[in-house]
Amino acid sequence: MSASPVRARVAKEVAEVIATRRVGAYQHLTLVSPQIAELARPGQFVALAVGDESSATLLRRSFSIHKVSPSGTYGGTVEIVVSAVGPGTRWIVGRQPHDPVDVVGPLGKAFPLPTEPVPCVLVGGGYGSAPLFWLSSQLRERGCHVEMVLGAASEDRLFGVVEARRSCDGVTVTTDDGSAGHRGWVSDVLPELIDRTGAGVVYGCGPMGMLRSITDIAGRHGAVAQVAVEEAMACGVGVCMTCVMPVVGTDGQTRMVRSCVEGPVFRGDRVRWDAFEGNHARVPDDAVGAPRAGGH
Amino acid sequence: MTDQRIARPTDDRIDLSVDLGFGKVLPNPLMTASGCAANGAELHRFFDVSELGAFVTKSVMADPRSGRGTPRMAETPSGMLNSIGLQGPGIAAFVDTDLPWLASVGARVLPSIAGSSSTEFAHVAATLRASRAFEAVVGVEVNISCPNVANRGLVFACDPGASAKVIALVREQLPRDVPIFAKLSPDVTDITSIAAACVKAGADGLTMINTLLGMVIDTDLMRPHLGGITGGLSGPAIRPVAVRAIWQVRQAMAEGRIPVVPIIGVGGVRTGRDALELVAAGASAVQVGTATFNDPTAPVRVLHELTDLLVEKGYRRFSDVVGAAHGSPLPPRPVPVDERSRA
Repeated sequence: MSASPVRARVAKEVAEVIATRRVGAYQHLTLVSPQIAELARPGQFVALAVGDESSATLLRRSFSIHKVSPSGTYGGTVEIVVSAVGPGTRWIVGRQPHDPVDVVGPLGKAFPLPTEPVPCVLVGGGYGSAPLFWLSSQLRERGCHVEMVLGAASEDRLFGVVEARRSCDGVTVTTDDGSAGHRGWVSDVLPELIDRTGAGVVYGCGPMGMLRSITDIAGRHGAVAQVAVEEAMACGVGVCMTCVMPVVGTDGQTRMVRSCVEGPVFRGDRVRWDAFEGNHARVPDDAVGAPRAGGH
Repeated sequence: MTDQRIARPTDDRIDLSVDLGFGKVLPNPLMTASGCAANGAELHRFFDVSELGAFVTKSVMADPRSGRGTPRMAETPSGMLNSIGLQGPGIAAFVDTDLPWLASVGARVLPSIAGSSSTEFAHVAATLRASRAFEAVVGVEVNISCPNVANRGLVFACDPGASAKVIALVREQLPRDVPIFAKLSPDVTDITSIAAACVKAGADGLTMINTLLGMVIDTDLMRPHLGGITGGLSGPAIRPVAVRAIWQVRQAMAEGRIPVVPIIGVGGVRTGRDALELVAAGASAVQVGTATFNDPTAPVRVLHELTDLLVEKGYRRFSDVVGAAHGSPLPPRPVPVDERSRA
């Protein structure tokens, strides 16, 4: 339980929306946010306030950073991909060019990069693929062979297929309904891909069920899984304690850790998937300080 | 005895100092609220936590505690419900790591302590007293009102006798010059009777209010939304409840039903104007809680907004505003800028 994640530099800035466009079922926003663009690394996220300073929607919405351009024409920019699922995300999706948005970031731990040029497979579920293209570029700069798997329920819920072809050595697409690529799940194609490429690391970002499946497959095929989780957060900065999940520490003990500061990237085999039901996690009985009979 | 931590007020336009009693003078009345600021390091990335009058830590119990499963949070209009379940490292880790860190950055600390029995409260207080960084402690907040406990019957602050027992035991464990504040729940029939019991038992001040017990149902699943079923409601939605509770207790003090002790106001404060409302109702200090989730700089922003507002209204001393809504002398009329230039 190192205190280092909370010492990392972070900025709060009012960003101007300079571009917004529809991409399939999602909205892709570009924000002028020079301080965050300067500091961010792949796997980190930003937390956006909903509405102005008197908004009745208090809790920030967190988004994985899709891309940063530290020295763009308008100053450094940060790009995010948003799926409008509730009133908060609908407000964000409705922002127009030149609108201000209050942004805090970069938050959380980035994807760890291998020290040796090992082959890697990157797996994105839906718009969970958002941070993977940036990650892919950094891996390839280090000499890694990179293949990507993009999966979604249907073609309109895939994100970044064209960009994947540009930023990776190979791309496989799966959809549940067969509207694009292979009909089926990412887990159907992943084992063969790990074996063929000799991948040492599988990076994943998407729904919890998919991350669990990636972790299982990576383990069985001799690769390490690094997964970026999606947990409901209230603050994003480590103070509210709502985004916790059970994770095994280096001492072998399970603790309820904050996915915003100790994650969102975890080694897949450290996550106590057995404690999850859907997106909800119970406290495993063997966790440090777990409730005794009667609960707490 | 001099303590460099008892800093002097820094704003030369107004005296913001707050006397918590026993020579514990804070440079200003703004604090974090327990459970909304972790133990300092996270917010220190956004502002210097020693700028605040005091830093209130997350309630700590005797042993490490995992808290509850998820979901732990539900957003509500102008607020939220939480069901964390007092997750924490335990008092041994707190005094070993968190408190020394806060001391190292010059913060004045108001640790919040909790327990599932009065003896656990006493043990936590005793461990705190024996710790090497105890000189950073300007007071102790006794959380007798957390709603996220398995048995609602364990909310001490719903019963005057249970409250008094905890307060008396904690008071015994701490040096006389360290004031203790009982944190009260608004979910009671008569908050003044609980306040009176706490002060009689040795509380040197009161913190009001903790969250209100609430519940949200997920209408897709047709089940309670929170893992803990019920949770504590906080945020601007509850501010009028805080103002009412502070008002009632301050009124009871004015009527001689409760000895006069400082009140720390907390509940729904998001702006300097909000803070002033609690102060005018009778609060000598103000904590900022849920607003921090929306704006991680909220505690210092509220301090600056409150300072500007008081200066604008012509006050020279913060202490003159405390309880002003009860009919204390009216503030001096501010002199408009154009009149000043004419003079």
